Amino acid sequence: MLAYLLRRLGFLMLTLVLTSLIIFTVTQLLPGDVARVILGREAGEPALQELRAELGLNDPAPIQYLHWAVGFVRGDWGQSFSSGAAVLPVVAERLRNSLMLAAVTLVISVPLALGLGVIAGSNQDHPIDTVINITTLSVVGLPEFVTGVLLIQLLAFRLQLLPANSSIRLGTGFVEALPMLVLPALTASLVLLAYIARLTRAGVIQELDKPYVRAAALRGLSRARLVLGHVLRNALPPSITVIAISFGWLISGLIVIENVFNYPGLGRLMVFAIDRRDIPMLQAISMVTVLGYAMANLAADLLYAYLNPQVRLK
Amino acid sequence: MNASTQPTLEISELTVGYGGHFDAVRQVSLSVQPGELCGLVGESGSGKTTLALAVMGYLPKGGQVRAGQIRLSGRPLIGLGSGELRQLWGRELSMVPQDALGALNPTMRVGRQLIEAHGSRPSAQAQRDGVRLVQAVGIADAERVFQQYPHQLSGGMLERIVIAMALSQEPSLLILDEPTSGLDSTTEVVIQDLIQEMMHTRRTAALYISHSMGALAKFADRVAVLYAGELVEQGPKFELFERPLHPYTQGLLDSVPRLGESKRNITLRAIQGRIPAPERLPPACVFEPRCPIAQEICRQQRPPLEQVQGGRQVRCHRWAEIQAGTVDPRQEAPVVPAVHPDSSAPALQVEQLSVRYPVGGRSVRLGRRLELPALDTVSLAIGRGETYGLVGESGSGKTSLARAVIGLVEPRDGTIRLHGAELARRLTRRSRSTLRQLQMVFQHPEQALNPYLTIAESLARPLIRLAGRSRPDADQEAARLLVAVGLPPEYGRRYPEQLSGGEQQRVAIARAFAALPELVLCDEPVSSLDVSVQATILNLLTQLQIEHRTSMLFISHDLAVVGYLADEIGVLYLGRLMQSSPASQLFEPPYHPYTEALLSAIPLLDPRASQEQVRLEGELPSLAAPPSGCPFHTRCPRYLGQICVEQEPPWQEDQHGNRIFCHIPLAELRQSQARVFRMRDREP
Repeated sequence: MLAYLLRRLGFLMLTLVLTSLIIFTVTQLLPGDVARVILGREAGEPALQELRAELGLNDPAPIQYLHWAVGFVRGDWGQSFSSGAAVLPVVAERLRNSLMLAAVTLVISVPLALGLGVIAGSNQDHPIDTVINITTLSVVGLPEFVTGVLLIQLLAFRLQLLPANSSIRLGTGFVEALPMLVLPALTASLVLLAYIARLTRAGVIQELDKPYVRAAALRGLSRARLVLGHVLRNALPPSITVIAISFGWLISGLIVIENVFNYPGLGRLMVFAIDRRDIPMLQAISMVTVLGYAMANLAADLLYAYLNPQVRLK
Repeated sequence: MNASTQPTLEISELTVGYGGHFDAVRQVSLSVQPGELCGLVGESGSGKTTLALAVMGYLPKGGQVRAGQIRLSGRPLIGLGSGELRQLWGRELSMVPQDALGALNPTMRVGRQLIEAHGSRPSAQAQRDGVRLVQAVGIADAERVFQQYPHQLSGGMLERIVIAMALSQEPSLLILDEPTSGLDSTTEVVIQDLIQEMMHTRRTAALYISHSMGALAKFADRVAVLYAGELVEQGPKFELFERPLHPYTQGLLDSVPRLGESKRNITLRAIQGRIPAPERLPPACVFEPRCPIAQEICRQQRPPLEQVQGGRQVRCHRWAEIQAGTVDPRQEAPVVPAVHPDSSAPALQVEQLSVRYPVGGRSVRLGRRLELPALDTVSLAIGRGETYGLVGESGSGKTSLARAVIGLVEPRDGTIRLHGAELARRLTRRSRSTLRQLQMVFQHPEQALNPYLTIAESLARPLIRLAGRSRPDADQEAARLLVAVGLPPEYGRRYPEQLSGGEQQRVAIARAFAALPELVLCDEPVSSLDVSVQATILNLLTQLQIEHRTSMLFISHDLAVVGYLADEIGVLYLGRLMQSSPASQLFEPPYHPYTEALLSAIPLLDPRASQEQVRLEGELPSLAAPPSGCPFHTRCPRYLGQICVEQEPPWQEDQHGNRIFCHIPLAELRQSQARVFRMRDREP
């Protein structure tokens, strides 16, 4: 188990190094003069020279990368090109918001999707299976701005249960923010629901067909005990993978949803940074996203090992 | 009806169908008394599993009982709802499934599954009950086994666990679906002893499904023979084995060699043709197309199931003639010419060959890479036209040896010579002509043939690539090869999946012999095939070998098959050779103690034959930590003492050509060992 954990951690580090190299190369070394971007078109050559020297842009590329990477690890994420403020606190605040939204989304979608998947899978070709399939599929087919707007119409305006605007202020606590998180989280959940539910359904169907299930049934186990006690655990791995991948998307990919609800998450910050060619900001967001994906996958790997003794006891 | 004579299981006129089209089981009647073990035998497609699942009330999708009734201790089962059946499963009606590993949840500890099967919630009391159940099936360290996951246990151990589960609630009927088919014969006998003992003490009735008669000869009280969904014969074991009344039963008995028989004195009689698909059954007698004594009436009228004296039943128009001995129900014996191997100049010489497999990752224990010694300093020689048989349990290194010879694994040490020339260890360094000279026939023909190539193409390719034939020449030769292995030439246009297992294996053999190799390696070539076609394959191999004077390395776990085909036999245990003897000597003392145990575990086809009861205790040691001294000392029934632990035994030779790796002097072995088995001769 320890060997397994160390190997996974090794892979994680390697992933981070590789992706940081790619991010650095793409953002820093592409044609286009960073100094010119910062100082604008009218700046004179001496001023540009001075800034290049100050930013270390005249150093060889590997040295530049090392500077950047070491700084990043130390918490020196540079200054925003657009505002001049330090990048770290801005990204950290938005990351916190995105994590809150991701957490609420997962709490809503994972149990619901697993439940629906198990019900559909253990009642294959029964009308209830068909109903679940069609519902989840039609929901995933709708773009988020449609489902988001529908939910606002229904839950915020018609029933007046939840606020329509989720623009929380800087430093709002989780409990205080919670009512504003529900609608965007519901919208994101609807997207995830079909993916996770379908994979769970497929997993359950595949496991139910295995000889150990027949053997257990012939020992007199009830259907519920069979599905929940035996099948579910073995059917979960594909769903766990997709949940882990979704986590990365939840952190920085909710651009449409954040816009619809006016939610200050990492996704909108990224769009903003792209607009302004704010390279330090973009690098920081990219690295945070990669880190999120990597951690989620590590968690998934550990969960695999927990669920499957053949991995754990190797 | 008197309660004491009421059968536990009574199947009457049962017909089971799938979909709307055909019936997989037709009008089968069978009953099993309390404490009785009834064997159910038939090749694949005969409907055994359908029958068993119908009794359990767990037919697969589309399956349906169309007629008849099944009673469990008098209570009708047909028509029970799923809730009522669930009340019976495990409690009254239990099943030991085919593959114990597959029948256990891989992610749940064995102990929890057992407690669950016992029908109790996890508690200290349930734990104690469970441990007792596991101890009852002969597992000494029950507490440890309880904490293990299925993949951590050996096949024999898992089989004991599923038997313990099936018997945990003392059911009145136990259905065993080929419970030992994946086990080594030394483990198989131990498990069979166990089943017999458990049933005896509980007076459990059992239906034991098997594809081979051998497993039932010693074990069953009564045997029922199923063919193409019909019961063709049933009766008490002794009478049925002694004088089968149905030509199919006779065919099953004749198509496999008995222990000690050799190709030099017996020709195997295969059952011609193949079992009909359920949607294309012959109109009258289902066995008629394959029957050697079929007459006009057999094509006109379906024979009734007739009662014969002595509690026997048979479904054949000519059973009375068979019983009287006025007609011979045996299949035709093919003429196979005699073999004259030439051992003066060996074709293949293997010296001090060792194969090691790396295991696990390298990252944690830096520098120390773990290795399994799969084969350790094995030497053997095969003469031109000779067959060398290699036997041993799984994990003994049989396949590793074959793979090293053919170049699929690189040996760690030792030399391999073909006609005196040393072979490169690595396959990529071997010349094309070397590749041509060595060919292999695998256990699973369906995996050895490319599913996207026609049969003709599969045969033509090695001819073009290895023998350098031109395309038209190769195509012509492919057609000739098909005929040579007894298949019609139009099979060339078919794809592998359109052929039966036996036919696929014939194609694989034709391909192996296509480029006129010097040596053919056969790795369990008949063990995945039905009994009725095994004989055809064995006869074919012998015939091709004689035609081409090919040498053969024949690997099998089945000592009877190896004994039949081989001229010289080597016995492997934990990667070491224990004994090497001429085939005619292997079945006579002196034996290596391991050979003795193997021989005593082989299922004999004759229920009256006597067999020594040598049972191997304990588990096969791990290859990662092989025992010191003699590798067999941990399980040896003739263990001497310290010398076996400390010193590697010497190779002893006698005047008959026996070579035995043991500390006990050969004279002493010969004296203390009776013949392990004795059986009556059958007519050649």
